[in-house]
Amino acid sequence: MRKLHKITAVMVALAIASSVLLSGCHGSKDLGTFEVPEEFDTSKEYEITFWAKNDTNKAQTNIYEKAIEDFEKLYPNIKVNLRLYTDYGKIYNDVITNISTNTTPNVCITYPDHIATYLTGTNVVAPLDNLFTDEKYGLGGSEVLFDSPTIDEIIPKFLEECSISGRYYAIPYMRSTEACYVNKTYVEALGYELPEVLTWDFVWEVSEAAMAKDEDGNFIVNGQKVMIPFIYKSTDNMMIQMLRQMDGGYSTDRGEVLIFNDTTEDILYTIAEHAATGAFSTFKISSYPANFLNAGQCIFAVDSTAGATWMGSDAPLSDISEDKFVEFETEVMTVPQADPDNMQMISQGPSVCIFNKEDPQEVLASWLFAQFLLTNEVQIAYAQTEGYVPVTSKAQNAPEYTDYLSRSGEDDSTYYDVKIEATKLLLEHTDDTFVTPVFNGSASLRDAAGQMIENVTKSVRRNETVDDEYIEELYADITSLYHLDQTAASLGKTDLGPLPKTSVALLATLGAAWVIMGVYVLRGAIRNKKNRSK
Amino acid sequence: MKKFLALLLAFMLVFALVGCGDKNTDDDKKEEEQENENEVQVMSYDEYMAAELDSEVVVETYVQAKQAWAEDKATLYTQDENGAYFIYGMACSEEDYEKLTVGTKIRVTGFKSEWAGEVEIIDATFEIIEGNYVAEALDVTSMLGAEDLINHQNEFVSFKGMTIEASTDAEGNEAAFLYNWDGSGEEGTNCDLYFNASIDGQTYTFTVESDLCDESSDVYKAVQALKVGDVVDMEGFLYWYEGVNPHITSVTAATEAE
Repeated sequence: MRKLHKITAVMVALAIASSVLLSGCHGSKDLGTFEVPEEFDTSKEYEITFWAKNDTNKAQTNIYEKAIEDFEKLYPNIKVNLRLYTDYGKIYNDVITNISTNTTPNVCITYPDHIATYLTGTNVVAPLDNLFTDEKYGLGGSEVLFDSPTIDEIIPKFLEECSISGRYYAIPYMRSTEACYVNKTYVEALGYELPEVLTWDFVWEVSEAAMAKDEDGNFIVNGQKVMIPFIYKSTDNMMIQMLRQMDGGYSTDRGEVLIFNDTTEDILYTIAEHAATGAFSTFKISSYPANFLNAGQCIFAVDSTAGATWMGSDAPLSDISEDKFVEFETEVMTVPQADPDNMQMISQGPSVCIFNKEDPQEVLASWLFAQFLLTNEVQIAYAQTEGYVPVTSKAQNAPEYTDYLSRSGEDDSTYYDVKIEATKLLLEHTDDTFVTPVFNGSASLRDAAGQMIENVTKSVRRNETVDDEYIEELYADITSLYHLDQTAASLGKTDLGPLPKTSVALLATLGAAWVIMGVYVLRGAIRNKKNRSK
Repeated sequence: MKKFLALLLAFMLVFALVGCGDKNTDDDKKEEEQENENEVQVMSYDEYMAAELDSEVVVETYVQAKQAWAEDKATLYTQDENGAYFIYGMACSEEDYEKLTVGTKIRVTGFKSEWAGEVEIIDATFEIIEGNYVAEALDVTSMLGAEDLINHQNEFVSFKGMTIEASTDAEGNEAAFLYNWDGSGEEGTNCDLYFNASIDGQTYTFTVESDLCDESSDVYKAVQALKVGDVVDMEGFLYWYEGVNPHITSVTAATEAE
């Protein structure tokens, strides 16, 4: 009898322990809601961590280091520790890992898609609305010790990208878009003239024309054995922009997935057609568009404007040896469009978020540093490292920045013409940019969009047939791989239907076990009572 | 009664656990049969090299080093007696990844591909089979700069008596090695190390790939301790990225030639 009592006690203890452990899986101890302190306490020392990404570009590292140095001079009681990453994905993974242990960084360069996932934890990311408008420490606030921009001086379109479910959880840091870097020399050699606005039809037509070979098997246009006329770096962006331009569905603002539609199917068939001839490929399949473009082995290379320093015959940065470079004229154009009268291009680039902490003063210190990244000194210096655009009108209109733009082509480093033309492209088309809706799962949907292009391209290269059956299977595989059937469900929008039979059986068994244990304990108690009363 | 209760609880537990499983053995068998029907003949190294890009390949090879595992995908340096195969992003559970030790023989089914000059097998699956082989490092010092070096792509190789040359970052600063290719990284962030070494007046670039040998590894620390002018022996894998780009796994002070 005592043995069974022990077993019951152990089981109850295990059940309690399991509940505690399982509840622990759902995240760390919740932090309180952040409230902006009345005053920043300068008598206390604060050490904050800043996780940033550089594009493996030493100049960017230097700008971060100088920004920290300058900021620490203004706020001697705040020490900023920089941790550099070369990949946004790694920052995202590390943040996710650190949320559960309450060891997130204080300030982090990130993307709104990622913030949407961070927000599944309670009060993990500090909302910035009240910080923006705080009289003393807000944007352009009276107690801020540097020349910070006012909220009106942040480009509204860029700021709006940092709003998730009606609240601001980030500030924009830099903005870029994609550009098509064109070998104009080869386009003209093929008998074409570049239109004012590049269209998909034009790109496909010229790309196919470039596939002609001579009797020795060399491509006529470049006299080489290798030519991939059209290479796209980010197929996620390719699909997203094509759908937007063609009015195809992608997702609703609430996270319902609309991507599996007829427009997507048409896009995939078109891509399959040109991948089959070898006229189109992707970064993941063939390598960096810049390497092919600069070696005269690509005509239309689509990559970020933030990669402009790698593009062109005189590119200051390169992964290929000098002897592989060929001379050609580079034209920096917008990504191909479906309708030149209604141009649509993606807005991308890093934003900055602030993680909540137990001490609101520490959060305020983080906010002051994040705000410092919006000063003209940081904005203009960083924008010049690549084809980035400053996110404030204050920086964009500053004389030193307009002077920089006016000196395009003066040298092949600071004033490298391809880089400055790429920057101007975004400045001129800011109103034509868009972002995709942000929700928990939007990062997966973005990956899925690109993966469909990758799969189709790979498949036709491997002589597989891309037909209706293939597309149907592709949709099913992508849905499963990226859990797209759970995206809307996580927002409570989807009826999951009845529980599977196995789950019902499992739950019923567990329930029955508890009932029996309860009955047993109760019976024991009654017996004890009876024994005592005897 | 006690016995009955204990038995009842035990049965319920077993039933509950069985309920968690969802295997359909008939489906498994059908899948297995289908896989057998689609089976491709195992290729020799020469047949593999002769295969078209984007064609399906099946090779039997031996693990020489593991570069990385993430999201159920493994990247491996493998080699048999005739040549080497770089296997990128092969489907592999974490549990199976642990079973892949140096020398383990595996049968790999995937697609031959080329990325920036690196010939590799992608979209692969594998099974562990009986056998073990660990390659000796082939001394390719005299082949550096020669056209036929590419015939040893991905093999485990050595470089003897190389002199460390200064590397220059994007701003013109010189160092014995750089964190990242342009010096944009920093200590403690587990970034790749790049360094130059010369022989017979020609300088070549070598990499410590941090996924293969992270900052806690001996080779990472050895490179961090290098000084310009040091003469070293090195071992590593003859990886390719827009030209030869060896992934170094060992750096030691050069031994005197006998």
